[in-house]
Amino acid sequence: MKVAFTTSGTTLDAPMDPRFGRAQGFIVYDTENDTFEAVDNRQVLNSAHGAGIQATEAIVRQGAKCVVTGHCGPNAHRALNAAGIRIYTTEAPTVAEALEAYRAGALATLNAADVDGHWS
Amino acid sequence: MPESKIQELVIISGKGGTGKTSIAASFAVLAGFPVIADCDVDAADMHLILAPSVRERHEFRCGNEAVIRPDDCTGCGRCRDLCRFDAIAEVKGGGSYVVDPVACEGCGVCVRFCPERAIDFPESLCGEWMVSETRSGPMVHARLGIAAENSGKLVSTVRREARRLAEENGHRLVLVDGPPGIGCPVIASMTGASQALVVTEPTVSGEHDLERVLKLARHFDIPAAVCVNKWDLNPEMTERIEALAVRSGARIAGRIRYDRAVTLAQIQEKAVVEIDAPSAGDIRLVWESLGL
Amino acid sequence: MIISVASGKGGTGKTTVSVNLARTIGSGVQLLDCDVEEPNAHLFLRGRETGSEIVTIPIPEVDESLCDGCGECGRLCRYHAIVSFGSVPLVFPELCHGCGGCTLVCPRGAIRETGKRIGVVETCDANSISLIQGRLDIGVAMAPPLIRAVKARLNREMTAILDAPPGTSCPVIATVRGSDFVVLVTEPTPFGLHDLRLAVDMIRELSIPFGVVVNRMGVGDDRVHRFCREEEIPILLEIPDDRRIAEAYSRGELVVDRVPEYASHFATLLWNIREFRNAGGA
Repeated sequence: MKVAFTTSGTTLDAPMDPRFGRAQGFIVYDTENDTFEAVDNRQVLNSAHGAGIQATEAIVRQGAKCVVTGHCGPNAHRALNAAGIRIYTTEAPTVAEALEAYRAGALATLNAADVDGHWS
Repeated sequence: MPESKIQELVIISGKGGTGKTSIAASFAVLAGFPVIADCDVDAADMHLILAPSVRERHEFRCGNEAVIRPDDCTGCGRCRDLCRFDAIAEVKGGGSYVVDPVACEGCGVCVRFCPERAIDFPESLCGEWMVSETRSGPMVHARLGIAAENSGKLVSTVRREARRLAEENGHRLVLVDGPPGIGCPVIASMTGASQALVVTEPTVSGEHDLERVLKLARHFDIPAAVCVNKWDLNPEMTERIEALAVRSGARIAGRIRYDRAVTLAQIQEKAVVEIDAPSAGDIRLVWESLGL
Repeated sequence: MIISVASGKGGTGKTTVSVNLARTIGSGVQLLDCDVEEPNAHLFLRGRETGSEIVTIPIPEVDESLCDGCGECGRLCRYHAIVSFGSVPLVFPELCHGCGGCTLVCPRGAIRETGKRIGVVETCDANSISLIQGRLDIGVAMAPPLIRAVKARLNREMTAILDAPPGTSCPVIATVRGSDFVVLVTEPTPFGLHDLRLAVDMIRELSIPFGVVVNRMGVGDDRVHRFCREEEIPILLEIPDDRRIAEAYSRGELVVDRVPEYASHFATLLWNIREFRNAGGA
């Protein structure tokens, strides 16, 4: 299964980006063959509105089934839900540590938006 | 550095012309090398005081705009009928149509439904944003193209870049000079900020606009402080405004006296606190009250 | 005749010029407050409210029984206001510009439009001045549709004064577009000049005749005047930096009522607008 992590870097030791829609990018990790791909989200960063929705579209295109991030606004939450993507939150500082927590089943799922829209 | 450690103060006013930028420029001097973000992209004035030397320039693109190829247009008028923004008109003499780029919202409806596929949809260049050095710290600022739309998106870009600079270089404060009003650019400049300072003036307009801008701050859950500039022009109104601020859940950050030296400082391209101005002390007290 | 009062910089005295000019014209005049984010003209005219109408923009509503999740709507929408992930699409009303594209493109006719409130248009009668103002709801980002709703109440039989929002972007353009003349209000300071230049570029782009009012004469220097001379822009009126004007303004009073000597200033302004409009302005 593919899992997307919000990050400001392109490697597993890169820091997590706590933002979802306005994250610098994503690392999409495939748990079946332990490979990953870095996806640039900066295009979306430039929009004034709708960043969470566009980021969701990007994740759907990558085929990810869940996303690990810091926080998630109401629009992004609705979009992710509609796309059938599970949302996990973490305060882990790096992607590698977040991945470890994900594998250990130690992450909390987010059942409602936890920040206001436009949180960036 | 974790993002939460960086403070972001946004200075807004609701009403324009209350002295917001003069105060923001003074704060830039007092803050000890913050990152400065001029988000009043419609009428950016901070650079007139801080004399930036531009280090980077970036094009700012915002959406697309419809352009009808006159040779392929058969003049059926479908595009004009479908356009909700009144942006398409018949060319004088008839026979073909033309898009008014100023009114076009870039929705792409005409492009999609033109039976002749005679409408192009190029990306539009709306302005530029810059990263500069100033004597008070790095500054991110922008210039919106003439009659360009979407300043909210440009505001978001300026803020994001300012925050990135702060993260990369270990600044602990981002100082945002916001636009007037309560609409799109203001929302884009204040959401997620750690604190908002509203600079108002003791007039009926100042009072009215303060009420609306404080509602906006509450709507987005941002702690707000209020300072009355030129307070001595109408002390009674100042008291009324401060009472209103407190009722609306804002803190009082202080009063700044009416001072002609503010314009004098502007003419010398200096911040008010950089010259011997009577109101400089007031501005210092307001700054200190913010606890930044 | 439609006269827009605008300025690059906020707080230069747009509303002061608008309301006093309206009072100077006296009767048969409409004052449209298009600064819908912060409408202030009513604070000076204090008329009797005669009407209030809710303004909405059309947003899509999806009939789930007809939708087959094809996603055409989401592919057309430039604003990400309607998105489909292979199922019934989601609508994000605050992102919608009301272009109507999704209703047109839906192959199954599953999308119809419904109204989303963005603000109100209020009309008010103030001593023979007919005031029409838009008031944007708090938290709503899109001012132009509300400005268009205010302007839909223009009466071609009357002289109309449009009080524009500050700046040079979309809401200002939505206001001044279609005007016969634009009055740009500035002050003789570096900020005033810088923002005046931007406003001049904008008005020239729109090809509308215009002139300049210099407010608070005496506070700064002569660079605004030099600029106007070089660019051959007419100066329609100079308003001195008079504490009595600032005080009248702070209390919400009209200058022409409070300091009668200024009545002739605004009469001159009106005369100049008519002259320069006929001559084509700057």
